[in-house]
Amino acid sequence: MPVVSEQLDNFFNEKMKEYPTRRSFLVPMLLYTQDELGYLSPDAISYLAQKTGLPEIEIRNVISYYSMLTMKPRGKFNVQVCTNISCMLRGGEEIFQHCKQQLGIGHKQTTADKVFTLEEVECIGACSWAPAMQVNYDFHENLTPAKVDKILESYEKKAAQ
Amino acid sequence: MPDVTITVDGKKLTAPGGTLLIEACKRVGIEVPAFCYYPGLSLQAACRMCLVEIEKMPKLQTACTVPITDGMVVTTESEKVKQARKSMLELVLGNHPLDCPVCDAGGECELQDMTFKYGAADSRYMEGKLHKDEQQWSPVVFFDRPRCILCYRCVRVCGEGMDVWALGVQGRGVSSVIAPNQEDHLECEECGMCIDICPVGALTSGAYRYKTRPWEMKHVGTICTHCGDGCKTTLGVRRHDTGMQIVRGDNRDKSGINGDFLCIKGRYAFDFTDHRARITQPLVRKDGHLRPASWEEALEVVAHEFRDVRESKGGAAIGVIGSTRTTNEENYLLQKFARLVLQTNNIDHHRTADFPALAAALKGKDGATAGMRDVFSAPAMLLIGNDPTDQHPLLAWQIRSNVRLHKARLYLANTQPIKLRRQAAVFAHIADGGYAALLKFLAGDDSATATLLRDGTPRETLIALRDKIKAEPDLIIMFGAEIKGADVQALAAFAASLPKARLIALADYANSRGASDMGLYPDLLPGYTASADHFAREWDAQLPAQPGMSLAQMTKAAADGRLKAMYVVGSNPVARFDFDPFVLTKPFLVVQDMFLTNTAAIADVVLPVACAYEKSGTFTNSAGDLQQVQKAGDLAGVKPDFEIIVRIAERMGFDVRKLVPFGREGVRADMGQSRGAQSGEADRHYVWLKAQNLEPKMSPLDPQALFDEIQRVVPGYQISRAALFSGTEVRTHALTAGNGGTSAGTDLIRSSNDTLFTSGTLGRYSHALNSVMENRRRAPAGAAAD
Ligand code: SF4
Ligand code: SF4
Ligand code: SF4
Ligand code: FES
Ligand code: FES
Repeated sequence: MPVVSEQLDNFFNEKMKEYPTRRSFLVPMLLYTQDELGYLSPDAISYLAQKTGLPEIEIRNVISYYSMLTMKPRGKFNVQVCTNISCMLRGGEEIFQHCKQQLGIGHKQTTADKVFTLEEVECIGACSWAPAMQVNYDFHENLTPAKVDKILESYEKKAAQ
Repeated sequence: MPDVTITVDGKKLTAPGGTLLIEACKRVGIEVPAFCYYPGLSLQAACRMCLVEIEKMPKLQTACTVPITDGMVVTTESEKVKQARKSMLELVLGNHPLDCPVCDAGGECELQDMTFKYGAADSRYMEGKLHKDEQQWSPVVFFDRPRCILCYRCVRVCGEGMDVWALGVQGRGVSSVIAPNQEDHLECEECGMCIDICPVGALTSGAYRYKTRPWEMKHVGTICTHCGDGCKTTLGVRRHDTGMQIVRGDNRDKSGINGDFLCIKGRYAFDFTDHRARITQPLVRKDGHLRPASWEEALEVVAHEFRDVRESKGGAAIGVIGSTRTTNEENYLLQKFARLVLQTNNIDHHRTADFPALAAALKGKDGATAGMRDVFSAPAMLLIGNDPTDQHPLLAWQIRSNVRLHKARLYLANTQPIKLRRQAAVFAHIADGGYAALLKFLAGDDSATATLLRDGTPRETLIALRDKIKAEPDLIIMFGAEIKGADVQALAAFAASLPKARLIALADYANSRGASDMGLYPDLLPGYTASADHFAREWDAQLPAQPGMSLAQMTKAAADGRLKAMYVVGSNPVARFDFDPFVLTKPFLVVQDMFLTNTAAIADVVLPVACAYEKSGTFTNSAGDLQQVQKAGDLAGVKPDFEIIVRIAERMGFDVRKLVPFGREGVRADMGQSRGAQSGEADRHYVWLKAQNLEPKMSPLDPQALFDEIQRVVPGYQISRAALFSGTEVRTHALTAGNGGTSAGTDLIRSSNDTLFTSGTLGRYSHALNSVMENRRRAPAGAAAD
């Protein structure tokens, strides 16, 4: 029994054919799996090890290299606030502090209701619209504390649905 | 690639184009410092210690990755280079503690040496050091993270070299950390390769850590006493109350056939030597109990009984069982003692490979066998049966390295899905008991396929296997104990039909091959000689006429009461052959061993012996490579088997000179010439020694005196002394140059299927091996650590 959905498993099997070696497909597989499960569980690691024919330790090596991959469960929405140079100059630090306050959690922490995880991140490539943050795969730019409040509220609603 | 010429520090040197600069420099004796580079492993270029200046290149280059090209001009030690290395060291030391005096690697640390040379003790870094407490990953492997300089040698040697892939790098940049495969512990082969390759004190071994300092030891290169592969292991010894204690095993000079390699047994399982259960005093049974006795007393009892039985019942009432872990000299001496002194042909040993059948098949075929080194360089290899990863770790390493570094082709046929299939070009997973059918099939009998097939192995695989093997211009064929008797003949015939094929029969123990070559058989004298004439002449003695009994026959005779005395040297037949111990209580039983084994426990006299690490002599590995065994440890109270046998003979009133040729007056014999140097009654041995420019040995207890005789009379052992004494292996050829006699009792051949962590009696008394086994029982394989 694959840990991921049958659909995703089939997708992996199909896509795998396009790669010269199975391990080349590892990082995309990790991302897809994480998107589906929320994090890379021990079961998911064994599953991917089997799929790629790599030892489990190699899968963990790769996961540990990328900060966007995690072996710990996260909230439904992963709020990643950029505090790198452009954002910092335009108030990124304050945005991060504001998020901390609003959510009541710190860097890499998750709210009790498991809705939000907060992270301070390096440049997310949105410098022209700094300060910026990314929630899962969505970008939010030219932030102000008030704007952040609205954004968080909208996600709160989504989570409740 | 064609040769190119380059200039390094003003010296011209020529080497094949494409050679790595760092290797080219070595050729002219210039050492470029390197942490991450390691010969034979993939290139990493992580440490940048090897930076050098190359003319016409704007920046410093890493010598470990630059292939040389014609006309290159290189400077390895300029001010610029020194400054760069110093800065690299400053970075490396950013996280490294500066406490060499309390580090296990102090005194033999590459980082310590480099820091001393380039002087980077001051640092401009203000950041705190990343600290993490030391961790124990397995009974063997300890990791001290702060000392790690992230050279990744350990990761590569475990993955690429061992094919275990138990170590990984987690995180990135300065917070990268080496991690074990089970998150907080290791499950692996425990070979210690990662530990010995670590340039610093980050990885240390449970066996050695914090026991001593490198400069307090004396280092002795000798041969591993465990499996039949013959790795050279360097033992570090230190003075101790009871003699010399062995505290470490490694392969620091890399001069053996094993190069860098040692498995857990060669590296750590020397520790049986100081096990508490070791016997250090002879034991003689009195009133039903084994009681300590003096050597004088014990030897007298043995000599008296042996002589008594020989005189009253004849030699045929005495049986002898020899060892697969005593030296060639001791094995040769034991069978000579049995035949000359005890007057019996009842001599056998634990057979684990059918060498006699191979000797019969290969007689006179020069070059039909291969050595352990050849397995690293042959373009193609065929392995039938056996599981070298467990039973012949060095052989497995040679095979893997050959495939990885030379793109050699490996063909496998096995009833089990053994691990080496990962390296195989073709793996034929054949049906249980299918080896005989396989040989028929290889020989062209297609009807044999039916009985060979097993689910998952299609017919085409077998056909491909045969076609490819037949097309190989140069092949080494290795086979396990599954192939014996007529199958050996069939295999040798198949080999003879190929353009060039060389054979290796795999036997279990360190000197299994030596025991066989030296004639520990009831029906074979040394060199696979079936007829007694040759040796009767050489020894100038009458050999017992009655045919000898094999081990199985001796047991039966003991049960029937026909066997009145038994002499068991370094063997434990009770445990090994599931003997009913009661059978062996009937005859007068003498056992020579290190421990009170099941057999020793029921003996009448137990004589405590020195192990292979405590004496000198020679071993012949499975492949016929002869190597020198050197005395490293020393334990008060025990004696080498050699000395014990000579002393028993002496007490039995035998002229010891006839057993071990020593002194100037040897044995006189007719040399068969009427004129010249060899005319009349002359001492054959003395004449031979002179001709070889060898000195007569002065003591009957000197094994070399007997090696002289072995070299003179055992076919296939005519080797170069200079090569042997220089510490390398020399090839012997008893299988091809011998007399090719076969031995009855093919059914007695059985492998004990030792694993990586067992090793017969020695394994039972090794703390390192036992702790690994125990650890495995606690943490079932495959279970996650969390
Ligand atoms: S001891 Fe050997 S098998 Fe285990 S991690 Fe080290 S190199 Fe790998
Ligand atoms: S543990 Fe030793 S061998 Fe492994 S990366 Fe660190 S310093 Fe290198
Ligand atoms: S491979 Fe065999 S000879 Fe080599 S170290 Fe291991 S047990 Fe000893
Ligand atoms: S610095 Fe924040 S997006 Fe680039
Ligand atoms: S040895 Fe060349 S970079 Fe490490």
